[in-house]
Amino acid sequence: MAETLTLPATLPFDMDNEEHRRTKSARIFSKLPFRIHPLSWSVSLKTHSGTKVIQSSDAKGFKANFFSKEKIRPTSSSGNYDTLRKNDISSQSKALENILDVNGNIPTRAENEFEPVSRVIALWCYISWTVLLIFAYFREFLLKIGLEKSKATKELDKQKDFVPLYNSFESLYTRRMYMRVRDVFERPIASVPGAVVKIKDRITQDYCWTFQFTGTETEIINTGSYNYLGFAENKGPCADASALSIDEYGLGTCSTIHEQGQSLPQCKLEKLVAQFLGVDEAICFSMGFATNSMNAPCLVDKHGLIISDEYNHASLILGCRLSGASIKVFKHNDMNDLERILRNAIANGNPKTRRPYKKILIIIEGIYSMEGSICNLPAIIALKKKYKCYLYLDEAHSIGAMGPTGRGVVEYWGCDPKDVDIMMGTFTKSFGAAGGYIGGTKAVISHLRKSSPTGYYSMPMSPPVAQQIIESMSIIMGKDGTIEGEKRIEQLARNSRYFRRNLKKMGFIVYGSDDSPVVPIMLFFPAYCGVWGREMLKRKIGIVVVSFPATAMTESRARICLSAAHTKEMLDKVLKEIDDFGNITGAKWSRRAHLYKDIQIEY
Amino acid sequence: MPFFNMISCEEAVLYSYGFATIASAIPAYAKRGDVIFADKGVNFAIQKGLQASRSRIEWFEHNDVEDLERLLEIQAEKDRKNPKIAAKTRRFMVVEGLYTKTADLCPLPQLMALKWKYKVRIFIDESYSFGVVGKTGRGVTEHFGVDVIDVDMIMASLENSIASTGGFCVGRSYIVGHQRLSGLGYCFSASLPPLLATAASEALRIMKEEPERFTRLRANAKSFHLGLKRALEGTHFQVQGSELSPMQHVIYEHPDPKVVDHKLDMLVDELYNRSILITRSRYLDKEEAFPPAQSDKVMTNSEMSEEEVVIALSEIQQAAQKVDATLDE
Repeated sequence: MAETLTLPATLPFDMDNEEHRRTKSARIFSKLPFRIHPLSWSVSLKTHSGTKVIQSSDAKGFKANFFSKEKIRPTSSSGNYDTLRKNDISSQSKALENILDVNGNIPTRAENEFEPVSRVIALWCYISWTVLLIFAYFREFLLKIGLEKSKATKELDKQKDFVPLYNSFESLYTRRMYMRVRDVFERPIASVPGAVVKIKDRITQDYCWTFQFTGTETEIINTGSYNYLGFAENKGPCADASALSIDEYGLGTCSTIHEQGQSLPQCKLEKLVAQFLGVDEAICFSMGFATNSMNAPCLVDKHGLIISDEYNHASLILGCRLSGASIKVFKHNDMNDLERILRNAIANGNPKTRRPYKKILIIIEGIYSMEGSICNLPAIIALKKKYKCYLYLDEAHSIGAMGPTGRGVVEYWGCDPKDVDIMMGTFTKSFGAAGGYIGGTKAVISHLRKSSPTGYYSMPMSPPVAQQIIESMSIIMGKDGTIEGEKRIEQLARNSRYFRRNLKKMGFIVYGSDDSPVVPIMLFFPAYCGVWGREMLKRKIGIVVVSFPATAMTESRARICLSAAHTKEMLDKVLKEIDDFGNITGAKWSRRAHLYKDIQIEY
Repeated sequence: MPFFNMISCEEAVLYSYGFATIASAIPAYAKRGDVIFADKGVNFAIQKGLQASRSRIEWFEHNDVEDLERLLEIQAEKDRKNPKIAAKTRRFMVVEGLYTKTADLCPLPQLMALKWKYKVRIFIDESYSFGVVGKTGRGVTEHFGVDVIDVDMIMASLENSIASTGGFCVGRSYIVGHQRLSGLGYCFSASLPPLLATAASEALRIMKEEPERFTRLRANAKSFHLGLKRALEGTHFQVQGSELSPMQHVIYEHPDPKVVDHKLDMLVDELYNRSILITRSRYLDKEEAFPPAQSDKVMTNSEMSEEEVVIALSEIQQAAQKVDATLDE
């Protein structure tokens, strides 16, 4: 790809742009005379020529002081905190400069972009929500005085004197705001959701309270399925293999894993997943949500601390809550914040018991599905090693989609999979099946097998589903002898970069990194969600719009998930329609479009 | 989806995992500050749902309606003293149709009477009773002749009688529709693979068209229950479970839990050598709110022929006598 814009390889601890974010505690820390400062880290990266260990300049010194019996004496520091950090960063960048990745290429990684928006737009968002609320209350008033009939379902007459089931504001939101744009969500589909999907047309006579099917079906370009590698197909080797396995193994065991055991395809799958990820062992579950929510309690108990990212998924939050551990949240991908929380936690301990925490678990995701941003994995691994914590990486969206051979975010950064204590992921996105897995050392997986509630109270994976995953994973690994897997991964990478750069050139605000296949286009106003959803359907494109409460109130967005099955023509069509409609509605808020004005974007 | 046709309800919501069905449905309605009356014998998924909901839980003794009434009276007293808070506290009752741990039915008519008297909403978990109990397999509501409209919500798992994956919640649209936006396992999770959903549809169609399966099942269950009682007479093994349930629990009477453990395992091994498969019921003992009794699970189904039932019972009788007679080491 020929381009004149060079993108830097993202470094851990890039402090140069962060002067304005120095907090009071950081400034105080910088004046401390001791030579214990946060730059003592080391991270091992996998390269073409073996594993290379990068260390900060005083890492050896730190270790020597720590383990020796001499007291740590205050030394006069030759400069203050800031210059020390700057020196170390420049030495670090030199060290990282020419490291080649596993395939022998110099990696270029795009950094995460979150273009901040002006306060005026945020204010207008709040005003538009207020207008919607005023109209909602007005309609409620009309309902009360009898001018309007309620179309919502009601409580039974016999049960009218029971305590009301729903909070009045919640039901107001559902009735008056969600119902008006309901035709944009929950669309029934009539074919396999690959790159194109057929949806059943429906019309509504009464503003989305009820729908009638017209009987026709429309084919639309599908940008809403997490079909990253294009395995959502009903023909081909995967589908044939899973159909055959139904005859041999049936659909289910009607019993739990500990009572009657699991099927042979699942056993094979667990070994294959361990091989794919590069870990010792893996365990598979039949639902991704349950993997997170039921296994986090097995790993941490009330004596531990969980530090999770701000934008973690609901399943992780539920799992953390059920575990009973203390929970702290750090700002999205902000390494300074994470470090500050770690230092405070270790120094102060558990406030309830006044004792040190027994275990600290950092929970992050590979790609965040609402922001499209990639986590800063080498920095977190360096921090984890320095403070001796554990790391839980949820690769729901990134497994199969990132990395030169599809091994996920760990391979994308070139880190060692053995550094991540627990690698979790789901099969729903890139593998075209359903379920989740957890990979780690033998001790961790044996513990999970014994103590996870999913083994005692629910069924194992269905054999055809397991077979589908075995086939698709073998294709990605290249085990079937073709280069189909490599082709798909390359196609996805090309699609993501092409699409994103074009969008930014047009002037849309797109969050996240250029390498991720999840593209959130910011629309900001809630009313835009309804308009965009409907208009895109008319232009034969299926797009997912999200608003409050899944995102913040002022940040409604349209999210596009790219796939290896999308061809260049489909992408061009989608770009053209988005460009056109963006001009009509004025959704092009980016102020950085001039940076991209002159670059030629080749496919 | 034919679920609501089957149980003649207004709406049904389908989940992709049986455990998540119940564990997500309860927190969607009950929040902090509400009170839930739950039976002590409910299964682990319900317990997790109750824990996730952060409401106050009042446990009543298993299948003991008087204990439940006592707790409801205490709550009513509190309400009388504080009518303002009472007007905001939602009250729920969670029971199972056919309990997994003890294989007996809940006393539904009495529970419905309590529901109207104390204004408590009732949720029934029919994981084991859907497709098993009732003249045409529609569950405990059909068995006891209770109108389904009166039950607030029925939750069931498709992983048992229907032999697919997933679960569903049925009820009136007013109640069940709320889960589409606020049930965590529904909104934030992938849907069921079409293969398994089609399998479940087919199973329901077969259930509708072949009601003689249920008569066979009931006959088998009854003969199994009585046969087991006779077979285990004279040994320390006992049968636990209702006559209608095709799942029976076999327990061992001995004061020492290690001996109980050992004997139950020996029974499973002994029967395995005679080509009969039964299983130890497995629970996560440390996490359960009320540790259940150790038992073996013996199940029958509608497709077993009479000879097979007879053979199984005689083998069980011989094995039980042999295991009982071996001295403890």
